[in-house]
This record gives sequence, structure tokens and C-alpha cells, in this order.
Amino acid sequence: MNNRIIDHPVLGKIDIGNTFTFKFDGKTYEANAGDTIASALLAQGIRQLRVHERSSTPRGVYCNIGHCMECRVTVNDESNIRACLTEVKPGMIVESGKSKPEPFIDRKNMPKTYMEFEAKLKSEGGGT
Amino acid sequence: MIDVIIIGAGPAGLTAAISCRKWNMDVLVIDEFTKPGGRLLGQLHQEPNGEWWNGILETKKLLEEASSISTDIRNGVSCYDIEQSEDGFTVYTNKGDFAAKKVLIATGAAEVAAPVAGWTLPGVMSIGAAQVMTNVHRVRVGQKGIVIGANVLSAAIARELQIAGVDLHSMMLPSKTKGNQNHSNPEKVIEGLARIAHLAPSVFLRFGSKFAKYKWAQKLALKFYPKSGLKMWGMPIYLRNAVVSINGRNEVESVTICKLKSNGEVIKNSHETINVDFVCIAGGLYPLAELAAVLGCPFKYAEELGGHVPVHNEQMQTPIEGLFVAGNITGIESSKVAMTQGEVAGLSIVKSILKDTETVNNELHRALDNVNNVRKNASIQFHPNIIEGRKSISEVFEKVNA
Repeated sequence: MNNRIIDHPVLGKIDIGNTFTFKFDGKTYEANAGDTIASALLAQGIRQLRVHERSSTPRGVYCNIGHCMECRVTVNDESNIRACLTEVKPGMIVESGKSKPEPFIDRKNMPKTYMEFEAKLKSEGGGT
Repeated sequence: MIDVIIIGAGPAGLTAAISCRKWNMDVLVIDEFTKPGGRLLGQLHQEPNGEWWNGILETKKLLEEASSISTDIRNGVSCYDIEQSEDGFTVYTNKGDFAAKKVLIATGAAEVAAPVAGWTLPGVMSIGAAQVMTNVHRVRVGQKGIVIGANVLSAAIARELQIAGVDLHSMMLPSKTKGNQNHSNPEKVIEGLARIAHLAPSVFLRFGSKFAKYKWAQKLALKFYPKSGLKMWGMPIYLRNAVVSINGRNEVESVTICKLKSNGEVIKNSHETINVDFVCIAGGLYPLAELAAVLGCPFKYAEELGGHVPVHNEQMQTPIEGLFVAGNITGIESSKVAMTQGEVAGLSIVKSILKDTETVNNELHRALDNVNNVRKNASIQFHPNIIEGRKSISEVFEKVNA
């Protein structure tokens, strides 16, 4: 899929001669000079950039100005890079964000109120 | 030590940098984005006189002037903290720390996040995200979309998407939640839309621009608001429908909408599904002011200016010695106003550094007059009471500095 707007009635034509390739999750994609990681992928129909670390639900670009952090990906082994603010470079290796294993926390029996928390501390022999 | 660090290479920051460079100040401009220009880059609209306001060309003009007088502009630099030092400031960034005598914060605005059920799905984005993708990166954000939230910004950007050939189903309101009273209330929304009506070549809205300034006319318009929506540039704006949820498995596939009473209440059993593959959420703009906050600058809330604004005077000085602000961080207005404010801030900085200030003073007075003139004639007005809002901020400055 190519979502590039080559001709624009007011802004005119863009130069599409200056392209190069980079990798996202092992596959090769094309980018135009000046693209961010997010715009190069979106131009080729890729919207999902990661899954939520805990819930595994899909995420993509939301704010496109580097504030929401929803587009964080791994770039050349560096994690938490914002795809919307990072210019894509030839040969760049980009990996989507993956879900993480759940830490060993007993969520069912977690205290719901401060009183429950204190009671739990007492029963465990801790606290003041 | 640098004379001044300017944070933000948008219309305000660049204009300020040019003003400072003209007086041979040592200037460094930093910006997080990959290109200079800020939100000016994405702007594209037709003025009432028919001429196009092309943000890319306007940015180019500013950059040409800036580079002709050797201005140091660095992109991809994120500032995360500023501290006051003995003789100025230390500015902390991802590309190292910088020392400067003066700091100008021109970080602009950000969009209010307006949650709708399902908004984390890929294909849902802020309206500004769609603007930059379309006009700056030249990428179509989807095949058919819907805009949630009808305000000055979303109407202007919806038009830009249309010009680029991106298909929009309509513009609709979000369904009412605790946090979005104004954006989900049809009465408030029509009040906002009336302010850009003169830019829309549709009969109703042009009629509306003179008429809809009056509250009673807005109420009347809403009462008789057609169920099929009103068209602005051929795109329906539904004020009596709201989006309840965004649906899809791995990305946006549809939205569920419902019908509204004129007070914004949902009509029961009026839900239906519309197939779209992208959704733009438009919650409006607020001044992006965290950096002024970490420096301890006092703030004042001004609804007319879009939120909490760092206290400052007309010369763009804050109560913190050596800290200046300009552009949308001081209140949501058009980029033309931001540029005039940038010039004022730049000249104020020059004045604070130079000893002989008579010529600077004269220029500063001219620049101040220019702000008021441009503000009066702005074709896009984000709030009708901007002047009152600005006055309230200046009053706080006088009190704080007294």
C-alpha cells in the first residue's frame, strides 16, 4: 500500500527520487529523505508500532509531537525512541515494542484500601 | 556563555532569533522536531481575500532570513530541564547542557487529549498529528475518516485533509463525559465555530459569521440545526450526533455514533455504526508551559488564552529575571500573532543585554504596536476575549513585580 501524497493542489509535487531502505521488525521498508520512522511506516500502511507492555493491545502514533510516547520503538538497539520525532536513516534497524512478562505479584490479594494495607502489614508482623 | 537560548523553532522562536541576531546577539535555537518551523509548517488555509497561507513557504522565508544572518538552529534537541545559575541559566538537553544569559521559552501549544472509548487503537490520532502527516510528511493517514470535536483548529485541519484528497465522513462531537463538558455541548461548540465562519465559503456559515456572534442566534441556529448536518466546504458537521466508541481489533474499523438532544443529552436507542479506517480527535489547544513551571515561574489560568499561562508582561518578560516567553505558550492565537510576539521578545532580550537602549526602545515600541494590529486583523481567532485574557495576565505581572 502506498499512502504517499505525491501531488498536492496547493503545495505542489514532492521529490520522490531520494529514497532509501530501513528495517522494521525484520522486513525492509522504503523511506523518503526527511521522513520520520512513523511517517515512513504509515506511508506503507504500517500503523501498529508496538503493543502495550502489559495488556498486549496494539498502539500507534497518537500526538505526533513526542508527548504521548505511544509510538515508542527500539532503534539500533536503543529502546524507548519516539518514532514520530526520529528521522529515519538508511539501514536503520527498528523494532516494535513488545509485551513484557508479568512480574510475580499476587494482584487478587492486593490491599484495596489503606486500612486493608495496614491490616496486612500487621498480620505479616511488619509495620510500626 | 551564549547570550540567549531560544527553546522552540516555531514562528515565535524563529522571529525572536532573527531580531536578536540583527543586534548581533549570540543566539542558539533548539527544537525537538526533525525540521524547524514548529506548527507553522503544517498550516494551509485560504485567507478571506483568497490568498493561501502556506506554512511551508512562510517557514522557508523565516529560515532564509535567519540563515542570512548566521543563526544557529539545532533540531532533534529535547530540553528537559532549566535551572537558574549565578549569571543566567543552565539548559539541560538530550544533546548536552548549555549555559546562557537569557532564555526564551517559545514551546507553543499542545493538543488537549480528549479520550473516547477505543482511542488507543492504531489509526486514532490527534487532529494535529494528521495535519503534520498530510502537509509536512505528505502521507495519507487513511482512506476514510471521521473528526471527533468541532472547533476552530479541527475545522481548519479538516479542510486541509480535504484539499489533500483525504476523504472525511464528517465532523462530530464526542459523547459527553465528565471531562469534556464544553466539547460535547452543542451550544458551546457552535459558539466556537462562529468565529471562523467567515473563512468558510458556505452560505449558512457565512451568514452565521455576522449573525452567530449573538448568543440568541446561536441557540436558534442549534434548535433548527438540520439532522443531516450542515456542510462546511462540502463536509457535514453534525452537532446533534456524537461518537460513543471507536471499534476495531488491531486498528480502527468503525465508530459507533448516537443522536443528541440540543443540550447534548443522548437520545436512547439511536446508535449506529459507521465504517471508517481513521479517527482524528480534536480536543483544542493549550499552552505548552512545563519548562516555565520547572523554573518556578508563576502561572495564571485564563480560559480565553487556552489554559494556564506563565505570568508575563507586554514586553514578554516573566517575573523571573532573564526569562522570556513568546508565542502560544502565552495564549492560543494564530501564528501571525506569534511572529509579532517573537519580535517583541527578541527586542526585549536585546534591550536587557545592551547598555545603550534608545534605538532598541524605539523598535520595541513599533513591534508592540504591530502585535496589536496583527491581533485585531487576525483571520483565525481562537477565542473572542483574547484581549481581556491578556490584560488579566499583565495585571498579575504588575502585582507580582510590585
